[in-house]
Amino acid sequence: MRHKPKLLLLAGLLLSVAIAALLYVFTHDVAVLNPAGEIGHKQHRLLLVSSYLMLLIVIPTVILTFCISWKYRESNHKTTYRPNWDFSLLAESIWWTIPFVLMAILGVITWRACHELDPFKPIVSDKKPLTIQAVALKWKWLFIYPDLGIATVNYLPFPEKTPLHFEITSDGPMNSFWIPKLGGQIYAMAGMKSELNLIANQEGSYRGCSANLSGEGFSGMVFTAESLSEGNFDNWTRTAMISTNRLNLQSYNELAEPSQYNGQAVYRLGDGGLFDQIIMKYMTPQGTP
Amino acid sequence: MTLFANFLYGRLTPQAFQHNPIEMSVGIGTLIAGAAIITLLTYYKKWRWLWFDWLTSVDHKKIGIMYFVMSSAMLFKALVEASMMRAHQVVSVGDSFGFLETSHYQQLFSAHGTAMIFFVATGFVFGLINYFIPLQIGARDVAFPFLNSLSFWMFAAGSVTLIVSLSIGNFSGAGWSGYPPLSGIEENPGVGIDYWLWSIQLSGAGTLLSGVNFLVTIYKMRCPGMTMMRMPLFVWSVLVSLVLIVFAFPILTATAALLSLDRTFGTHFFTPDFGGNPMLYINLFWAWGHPEVYILMMPAFGMFSEFIPVFCKKRLFGYTSMVWALIAITVLSFLVWLHHFFTMGAGPGVNAFFGFMTMIIAIPTGVKIFNWLFTMYDGKVTLASPMVWFIGFVAIFSLGGMYGVLMSVAPVDFQVHNSLFLIAHFHSMLVGGVLFGLFAGLTYWFPKMFGFKLNDKLGDWAAFCWIFGFLVAFTPLYILGLMGATRRMDHYDASTGWQPLFIVAAIGLVIVFMGVGLQCLQLLVSFRDRKKNRDTTGDPWDGRTLEWSLSSPPPFYNFAVIPEVHERDPFWAEKQKGLSSKKPVYEAIHMPKNTPLGLYIGVFSFFFGFAAVWYIVWLAVVSAVGVVACLIVRLMDRHTETFITPEEIERIEKECRA
Repeated sequence: MRHKPKLLLLAGLLLSVAIAALLYVFTHDVAVLNPAGEIGHKQHRLLLVSSYLMLLIVIPTVILTFCISWKYRESNHKTTYRPNWDFSLLAESIWWTIPFVLMAILGVITWRACHELDPFKPIVSDKKPLTIQAVALKWKWLFIYPDLGIATVNYLPFPEKTPLHFEITSDGPMNSFWIPKLGGQIYAMAGMKSELNLIANQEGSYRGCSANLSGEGFSGMVFTAESLSEGNFDNWTRTAMISTNRLNLQSYNELAEPSQYNGQAVYRLGDGGLFDQIIMKYMTPQGTP
Repeated sequence: MTLFANFLYGRLTPQAFQHNPIEMSVGIGTLIAGAAIITLLTYYKKWRWLWFDWLTSVDHKKIGIMYFVMSSAMLFKALVEASMMRAHQVVSVGDSFGFLETSHYQQLFSAHGTAMIFFVATGFVFGLINYFIPLQIGARDVAFPFLNSLSFWMFAAGSVTLIVSLSIGNFSGAGWSGYPPLSGIEENPGVGIDYWLWSIQLSGAGTLLSGVNFLVTIYKMRCPGMTMMRMPLFVWSVLVSLVLIVFAFPILTATAALLSLDRTFGTHFFTPDFGGNPMLYINLFWAWGHPEVYILMMPAFGMFSEFIPVFCKKRLFGYTSMVWALIAITVLSFLVWLHHFFTMGAGPGVNAFFGFMTMIIAIPTGVKIFNWLFTMYDGKVTLASPMVWFIGFVAIFSLGGMYGVLMSVAPVDFQVHNSLFLIAHFHSMLVGGVLFGLFAGLTYWFPKMFGFKLNDKLGDWAAFCWIFGFLVAFTPLYILGLMGATRRMDHYDASTGWQPLFIVAAIGLVIVFMGVGLQCLQLLVSFRDRKKNRDTTGDPWDGRTLEWSLSSPPPFYNFAVIPEVHERDPFWAEKQKGLSSKKPVYEAIHMPKNTPLGLYIGVFSFFFGFAAVWYIVWLAVVSAVGVVACLIVRLMDRHTETFITPEEIERIEKECRA
């Protein structure tokens, strides 16, 4: 193939994929780009701002690549040819400094965002936050509501517009707690407690999952995060509190046995200190009481 | 009796050979391929040729080609694994759980990652380093030729360990990064993790030894007049990546050794209890893992810097700037490892620091791209197939790099970490960057290695298929990641609506396979037409660096007379002045003798690893003794070199130039 058709074909392939991708993104519900909570919104905005900043360099670069390889094709005799031209202080200064300035801007944005969106930082709100303790088990999620005396498996209901304070650990391999519609994830690690603060701005049912490989049943560690109106959440709490299933250390140990693709379950919490006990298991050498 | 069997076989039982039909077919396929090779070798009576010309060779050029053979086989294996995963993800939705068992699927992605990083990318890079570093710096061999052969055989022992795990026992299912506690003995008591550990341990040792060898070669064996700032950029890029190897690979060796101790001897370095800490492993792993990415990336940068000036008939733009960009990347690559786990709960200050360090790497990388573009500016550009790969590289790599910078903003990373978005990003860098660079470099240097050019037309079409196929296969993954699809996932709900995108991704992989098919066809057609495409001059592209001053392929001693260099692009300068027709004066050359000891040590190392995987103590002891014995034999040998007389050189030179 000759020079020109080659370039046209390459440019055509690139453009068609880019257009198809953009069309798809704008016509479908892409969780991270269409968040349902304050944290997710801020992370989405950050994603867009950083992308635009970088596209300022990337798009001209790609276009320049095509233009230069078009203009300086060997058969084009109208261009200048300087085989020994290999340095220009101006050009070098431009492409060392302009990206540096952009990265400095992005650096400042990052510094601020890291502090503002620190997963451990409580969300400011006039409502009292709801504390939920999440435990990654093999291979399901256990959610403990210590203040309400309830525990659930693979089902995470909460009231909308209320700050959610998650305390997260794992009883087994490492996992990562992620609800894409609400905001970013954090690791769940045995013997350690990590924290995450999220909030849902509207009612809805969102997919949550583990983002870190944790063994055979990893793909089935999917849970439903359900944002309810306050009335509905209170109703749910009342029915859950009279559940006949009780979760204490003994039934917890049964639950913690490996199992895959578990359904949802609701328990009445029999032992308020369960979460701490799960963490403390790893603080003492195994085999000792 | 059981005690004896236990002693003899360790934990190797007949069950280790039992697999499900799909796994069996892979194992049987490997056996058939092996049998076919053995039959062909016997039929054509090529065993002596194989042994004396290749396996025992310490010639860096032959070792380089052996790396290519090994890596091509591993590339094929890893591509098959990729296609099985993609096919499984297309059908494993809702009520259907696909055609692969979860444990098998998890082995596939672990083996795919391990093979691609350790055996494909590293192997191709080292193949090219082996072949071209001595040629470009005007040396007759590497600093330590025997060590070079040993490194290759350690690398091969690692690859064979991975391949054997297909048929005997199973491979790791904990991902190529093998995080504890999942990779600990409690969660994974089987042999998979041990296979993984020993395969990276052996090949890692080979890479480290090679790293030392070539570092010394570049520092000490440059021809007269080749100062550091006159070295071709490929040599520079390799130099900095070797520095990274020497600093980074000991970390991998130590980390893998600690994990082995945890697994085999019950220590608690990385367990969450008994005072151990899995976070330590994750830090150490990436303290090696991030530099590793640049170890692979920078030689690819170097190759672009080699052929762009040739295909534009112009000096490389901004040489000094390019060198400093490489050095900047080298230093920075050790300051960014934490960006692999922003989600582990470090404070905002720590996350922001590592995020910023990561962004800064984009600057020298961008500088390199601009310098390449300005090498084309005011030049005469021929779009030979290496240049097609280059344009594909710029598009895919700069977009992928942009997403990389995006992920260095920690709060954005919280939303895409461990998702398919990340997978698409690093494949953009490793396929669009490293692999495309390697393909371009191989096409460019092919005539030097084999004496004939590759078919350009088929090369173009292969490149188009790869570039388009890559975009179709990985653009959907960016979107899927943003929709919440995680990596290493083997099943998803129908309500997610992800299936169409997975289907598109699978189609993309089919297009990539068409590219692979075209590459095979290209090899065959070019081999058929080798008489027509023969490179008689040794300089088919109008090259600029020393390797093109030699015949194609070069004689085993490379340079009959060691060249003297006065500037960059020495061969180009010489051609401008007019090649001297003065008859050179030859002097006797001493060259290293072939030896099978590197191969023997490789074999013993493989058996040592195998014994450690299966707890076969006697075999481990025998293999360890074997390794030490081989080393002693080598050290006692005083006759490791031979002399080549000037008459013989004259005869060989005449033959080569004929």
